Order: sequence, then structure tokens, then C-alpha cells
Amino acid sequence: MMSFVVVAILVIILGFIAVRGIGVISWEFLTTAPKEGMTKGGIFPAILGTGCLVIGSMVFAFPVGILSGIYIHEYLMENWWKKFLRMMTNNLAGIPSIVFGLFGMALFVNYLKFGDSILAGSLTLGILTLPVVIRLTEEALKSVPDGLRLGSYALGASKIQTIQKVVLPVAFPNILTGLILSIGRVSGETAPILFTVAAYFLPRLPESISDQVMALPYHLYVLATSGTNMEETRPMAYGTALVLVSIVLIINLSASLLRRQIQKKTKMH
Amino acid sequence: MTHAEVNNVNVWYDTIHALKDVSLKFERNTVTALIGPSGCGKSTFLRLFNRMNDLIPSFRMNGTVMVNNQDVYSKEIRIDEIRKNVGMVFQKPNPFPKSIFENVAYGLRVNGINNKTIVEDTVERSLRQAALWDEVKDLLKKSALELSGGQQQRLCIARALAVEPKLILMDEPASSLDPISTARIEELIFELKKTYTIILVTHNLQQAGRISDLTAFFYLGELIEYNLTKKIFLNPDNTQTQNYITGRFG
Amino acid sequence: MTKARRIYEKIVTGILFSSSTITSFTVILIVVFLFREGIGLFNSTPTEKNYVIAVSRQNTIPIITSNELADIFNQDITNWKQLGGSNDSIIRLTLNDLSGIFTEEELGPNLEYFPQKLNEYVKTTPGIILYLSKEYIPKNFAGRIIPVKKITLLDFTFGKHWYPTSAPIPQFGIWPMIVGTLMVTFGAILFALPFGMATAIFMSEIAGSRLRNIMKPVVELLAGIPSVVYGFFGLVVLVPLIQRLFGLDVGETVLAGSIVLGIMALPTMVTVAEDALHATPKSLREASLALGASELQTLVRVVIPYAKSGISTAVILGTGRAIGETMAVLMVTGNSTHVNYSFLQPTRTIPATIAAELGDTSFGGVHYNALFALAIVLFLFTIIINLSVEVIKNRNKGFNQPR
Repeated sequence: MMSFVVVAILVIILGFIAVRGIGVISWEFLTTAPKEGMTKGGIFPAILGTGCLVIGSMVFAFPVGILSGIYIHEYLMENWWKKFLRMMTNNLAGIPSIVFGLFGMALFVNYLKFGDSILAGSLTLGILTLPVVIRLTEEALKSVPDGLRLGSYALGASKIQTIQKVVLPVAFPNILTGLILSIGRVSGETAPILFTVAAYFLPRLPESISDQVMALPYHLYVLATSGTNMEETRPMAYGTALVLVSIVLIINLSASLLRRQIQKKTKMH
Repeated sequence: MTHAEVNNVNVWYDTIHALKDVSLKFERNTVTALIGPSGCGKSTFLRLFNRMNDLIPSFRMNGTVMVNNQDVYSKEIRIDEIRKNVGMVFQKPNPFPKSIFENVAYGLRVNGINNKTIVEDTVERSLRQAALWDEVKDLLKKSALELSGGQQQRLCIARALAVEPKLILMDEPASSLDPISTARIEELIFELKKTYTIILVTHNLQQAGRISDLTAFFYLGELIEYNLTKKIFLNPDNTQTQNYITGRFG
Repeated sequence: MTKARRIYEKIVTGILFSSSTITSFTVILIVVFLFREGIGLFNSTPTEKNYVIAVSRQNTIPIITSNELADIFNQDITNWKQLGGSNDSIIRLTLNDLSGIFTEEELGPNLEYFPQKLNEYVKTTPGIILYLSKEYIPKNFAGRIIPVKKITLLDFTFGKHWYPTSAPIPQFGIWPMIVGTLMVTFGAILFALPFGMATAIFMSEIAGSRLRNIMKPVVELLAGIPSVVYGFFGLVVLVPLIQRLFGLDVGETVLAGSIVLGIMALPTMVTVAEDALHATPKSLREASLALGASELQTLVRVVIPYAKSGISTAVILGTGRAIGETMAVLMVTGNSTHVNYSFLQPTRTIPATIAAELGDTSFGGVHYNALFALAIVLFLFTIIINLSVEVIKNRNKGFNQPR
């Protein structure tokens, strides 16, 4: 019985936000900038900003994470170095997101003098997702049967050829699923962008990677806690929450659909 | 005297007809070997007696299974009562990640017997019966997983004996063991026959020939032939049995 | 293999290798930067830059701590005797007060008489304590600039007052935040544990594969909801509810934080615990059932002990998730930096403090350093959590795995 509480919690949260938020959503809400002390207008800059940050962080985290996962899984024997790398990855994954925010501020914003910018924010978010990407790459590679590798070696292929031509194509759909999930995670993060990029109110759109942007999760935080006119901003907050949740859920759902598709396919063989 | 009997039993998994109208009787204090190629239904048959097949959701059956003149599948009887009276030893040794002592005592404890002297006596008796006592009497507090494979399997036998079943089911008890451990298990089965009725599934025909009194040959879910082991091995009535024994298929 | 090919493979391997070191490099970089910025707190005097504390020359007290200063300016200490000095009542002076003591004529049009006047005043007032910008201190100062003791680790950790911006002396005691963090986390675990375990057991032991296929995505979706959304939900639903239910003045309480965090920790707990339960070999279950144990006995005596290490890992990882969570807690716990031991009072956790205050600090200032020091504390908490997960994994290998 208790376990249905978990289902109930999900339904309540999503239902509540959907019911309160759905009335606010309109074409105008999605495509215009906030107006009149954020009580009117839309959230377009925030949606766009989140998009920029997601793309920026993925440009960094995907290549590094995938390459790193390949190296750890395909190249290393079970030795202390592999254990060490695993431990460091786990440690990085365990660090609270606010600490990433501090670190991003200290290194990118202040030390490297990027200032509050898309660049600094994306790098911070990228570092945050790095362990996730590494781990999912490793998992995907693990699911590739060893027989395939041996078969390829037996035909005289080198290690890199084997990885390129046999291992990666087989693991690719699984890696893709994981990557989509990590996009979902990045688009909802608030703490790391607080001090590295997020703007409280910035109705114009960013022009370069050294500009600040608004972001959906931070915008929701601002609307919920520090608006000048709580009564008036509340509906905007519900709308923002609904948009944010929808984006994240659509991403997650497409990932699990993709995974189901893959499982079906592999079952056929 | 009949200890267990199976009458007109059919078993299905979804649409697969796994046992087809099988009837068999088992006498007290005998060892019966169930042989046949993989997938012939002999493990399914073995698992009828303690209703282990019930754990598989798609399992369906009809017919009756009697142990000690009691219908195992009757609605009035509780499933754990049946399992208490029927011991089982599995293909791979599967000791619990507990101490040697607690492994053997487990069956008593789940039946609510916690009296210290009774438990200690039973553990010692069971381990002696399983010919393991001398090897482990100083290691009773050690994890059962530290034992070798053969010792672990004898521990599992001792664990089954501790609840004093009269009927013992063995599902290829020696298939994962080395020849020396196998020999010890076989000796043990021979010894246990004096007090217990044993039904044994085996892939190893020589083993069946060495230790069983009776042999039943299964093929594609059907009971092909059931007779004295000597008869089956030397002069079977059925040509399929003949072919299997002589290694032409299987 | 041609030479070009071999060089190509060398290069690829090199790229792979260097990518794999980036995580370790980042962890080290994070540690370096946290300490670089955080350690500054313990090397600086807590007073505002360029400001000094001065006393009369007759005053015998050699050095003053920030707590004593705070007490003096809060008028909790009114006589130097209380600090072991002479029996003079304390007269507090800041720049603003001085303009009340001296008239404009006395100071001259361009404040040219100010140093002289100040010196006279300091000489005649043995109980004086001055808080002034350095530029106002005369060259031939009649008083004595008294050194302020640097912040010690002990003050920082166990100090009960967190007034990072108060003048003349900010106070950086993080005890309220440590208590707040631990209480909120503890509450969250207390909330999440029964539900999480029940769900995990239900999913792996009782539910059929179809129900399990529904529950798994639900738990994953729960994990995917961003923390601000949880915070927002807590703020608009839970907080008013708690306020009404307990008849409180404010609903933003430790309890609200605990429940929100508990919900957020649930998915982690359920997933890890469920995996652990599910990993219990079928053969062990069968062995137990074959001995006449009931399903429940098998669960309690075989499955749960076998999955013990996985279950404790689940709890610890849930704790880890809860302890570092920022936005949701920030939104529902009420942001009070007073020490509080009640579940129905507001509090503030370490991560929430950093998030709330870092935006208002100046780069390199004492407050900025203090927040980094706070982050070090948080970092240590999480390292301890990670290490205990490793320890549990390794310890249980001994008993649970066949050799």
C-alpha cells in the first residue's frame, strides 16, 4: 500500500502544476519577453536561454564524457588506475550542485574572467553532467557482448578499428538514450547557474556566448520567491513550472521510448 | 510401501505442454533417477513434489501428486507445510550468506524452533549425516561461502536434512562439482537411502547407474520407461530408451 | 600495419587517455579552488577592509575577538571589566556618532581640526572604543589600534551567530547551518525510508512484471523533475498546509524542507534498493522456500540480509542527494540563521545559505571567503558519504560473494 504513495506523489505534483499552469500557457506566453515587473508577457528569453545552456554544456560534456567512458571501459584492465578513475567519477557525481556553482564562479567567472556568461554557465553545467555521461557510456559499452569484440580481433582488426566499427555502432543507441536523459537533467538545474550565467531579468536575447541569459528554472525561482507583486506573478510562476516540467518530461519520455524500442529490436535477434 | 505417487499429471507453461499424462510411484527408502535429454520435463517433474513450479507465473497443471498419502495440490494444505516435509538439493550449491551453523539451523528457525539445545543437536546430527561434521565442526561460525564447492553442496544437503523430511529431491546435485566431490556426494546418497526416499535428476548416466535402484526415462514431456535401473541399463524395453542409454542422442 | 596508421592509433589513444583524466583533474581543481577561496577566511581579520578598531592608550586589553566586539556593539558587554580590563564603562563610537559630539565649527570647514579634536576626545575618555575607516585615524593618534583576533576554525564551526554583513563586525558561526542541514536531512530520510523501502520491496518482491514496468518509469519521472519545481510545489502547497495544520505563524519550517527533500530522495533510494533486492539470486529464494519458509520469512531472513549492503547504500545515497540539495530547501525552509532544534521552526541549510548569499558578496571579501569555507564543509560531508558507500561495498564483498 505504501508504495502507491510514490505514484500518488507524482500524480499530485504533476496534476497540480498542470491544472494551475495550463490556463497561462498561450502562444504569447511562449514567444514574448516578460513585461511590467514580470506580471505580464511571456518567458521566451528564459526558454531560449535554457536551450543555449543545454547546447553549450553538451558541446563540452558529450565528447569528453564519451571518450573518457570508452577509455575506461575498453582500454583499462582492472587495476588501481581504473579504480582511481572510477572513484573520482563517483566523487564528482556526488558533489552537490551548489558546489559546482561556486566552483564555476571562482574558476570561470572570476579567475578566467569570463564574467557571468553563457560560456561560464555551460562549462559549469558541462562539468556537472560529465560523470553522468561517462557512467552511461560505460554501461552502454558493457552491454556489448565480448564475443563481438573477439570476433573482430580474430579477423585481424586493431583495437581502435574494433571500437569504431563494431563496439560503438552496437552501443550507440544505448549511449544516445543516456545522452537524452542527461539533457533532461541539465535543463532543470538551477544552483550551478545562479552565479555563473543566470540573469534575474533580461528581456533582450543573447548575442554572443559572453552574454548573460535568463533560464527557465532560475526564472521559476525568481517568480516564486522574489517578485515584487506575489499575487500577480503567481500565475506566471505556474505557467513557467508547467513549461519546465513538460520540457523535462518530454525529454525523459522520449529517452525511455527509445530504450524500449532498442530492447524490442535486440529481443528479435 | 508407496511414499509418493503421481497420477495422470499434465503440466503447461503458457502453451508449451511440458509433462504429458505422467503417472509414477515411488517406494520408501529407494533412490530413483530421472534421466532424459535437456528439456524433457524431468526437472519440472521433480519440482511437482514441493510445488516449486508454483513460482513460475505461467505454470498450469492437472492430475494429482501425493506425498505420504496427502494431495500436495489440495487447497486445504498449506504450501510451506508441504515444503517442510520434502527436502530439496539444487543443481548449484546455494548456501545462504550466513554462517555454516545458521545455514543448517535456518529450516528450524523459520519453523519457530529456537531452543538452543535442540537447534545445536539438530545441526550436529544433520552435518554428521551429510558427512561434513568433521570438516566444519571448528568453523561453524564461519561464512558458508568460504567452503569449497563440494563442501557447500554437502552443507546444502545437511540444511535439507535438518527439517527431517522423509522425501528428498535432488536436482543434478553433483553437476557443478569436481570428480572427488561428486564421489563423496554419491557415497552420501547411498548412505541416506537407509532413512530417506530420494528422487534424483541427473544428466550423468553412469551416476544414475551407480547409485539408483530405479530409473525413469523422460523424453519430450512423456514418461517413456520406468523400471529397475539394472533393467533399464542392460535391457530396456523401449528403443528410444535404448538409443538414449547407448548415446545415440541426447 | 602502415606507419601512418600506427601514428593515428597512438593519437587516438592519447586523446582517449586525456579525456579520461579530465574528471580527476576537475575534482582536484574543485578542491583547490574551494580551499584557495575558503581558507582566506582564516587568514583575515573579520572587520571590513580598511576599517580599524581603536581604544584608549590606557586600555590594557591586548587583543580582541570578533565575538567580544559583537557583544560590545550589541551592548551585551558594557564595561571593560567584563573583558578583564579596567573598570571603565564602554563608550562606543563610529563616524556617525562623532558628528554628534563635535559641532561643525569645531571641526572646521574642511574637517582640518578633526584629528586634533579626535585625539583630545580619545585622551579624555578611557572607556572609548572606535570603529573608523583608516583614513580618519590621525597621524599622531592618541589612542591605540587594537588588533582583532583572526577567525579560528573553532569559532567558525561552533559559532552560533551568522551575521555576515553586520557592522562593525560580521560574525561567521556556521553552527545554525550545520544543525539545520543535519535536521532537514535526517527528517528527509525519516520520511523517505519507510516509503522508499516499501516501494522497493513491493516492486521487486510482490508486484508482477507488468506492475513493475509501470512503477519503474514513475520512479524515474519523479527523479527527473527539477528541484525548483519541487521547491515551488512545496512553497505553494506544503508550506500553507503545514502552517494551517500546526497553527504556526510561518509554514516555512524544517518539516517542510524534510518532506520536500524526502520526496526528492525517494527515487534514488527506491532504485538502488530495488536493484539490490532484485539481485538476490533466485537459487537462494528457492532454497529457503524449499525448506518450508514462507514468502515473508524468505524476504526477511534471506533476501533482505543478502541485499543489506545494497540497501544501506541506497539510504546513504539518498542522504547524499538530500544533503546537497539547494533550491528546493532554499524555497521552503524559511531562511532563518538562528540556531533551531525544532522541526516546526524555520532554518537554513548550508547549500541554501550559499545560494542565498553569494550573489551579494564582493569578490575576495571576507563574506565571499566564508561562503567558500561553508562549501568546504559541505564538500567534506559529501566526501564522507561517498567514502562510506565505498567502504560498505568492499566490506560486504567478504561475506556475500562466493570465493
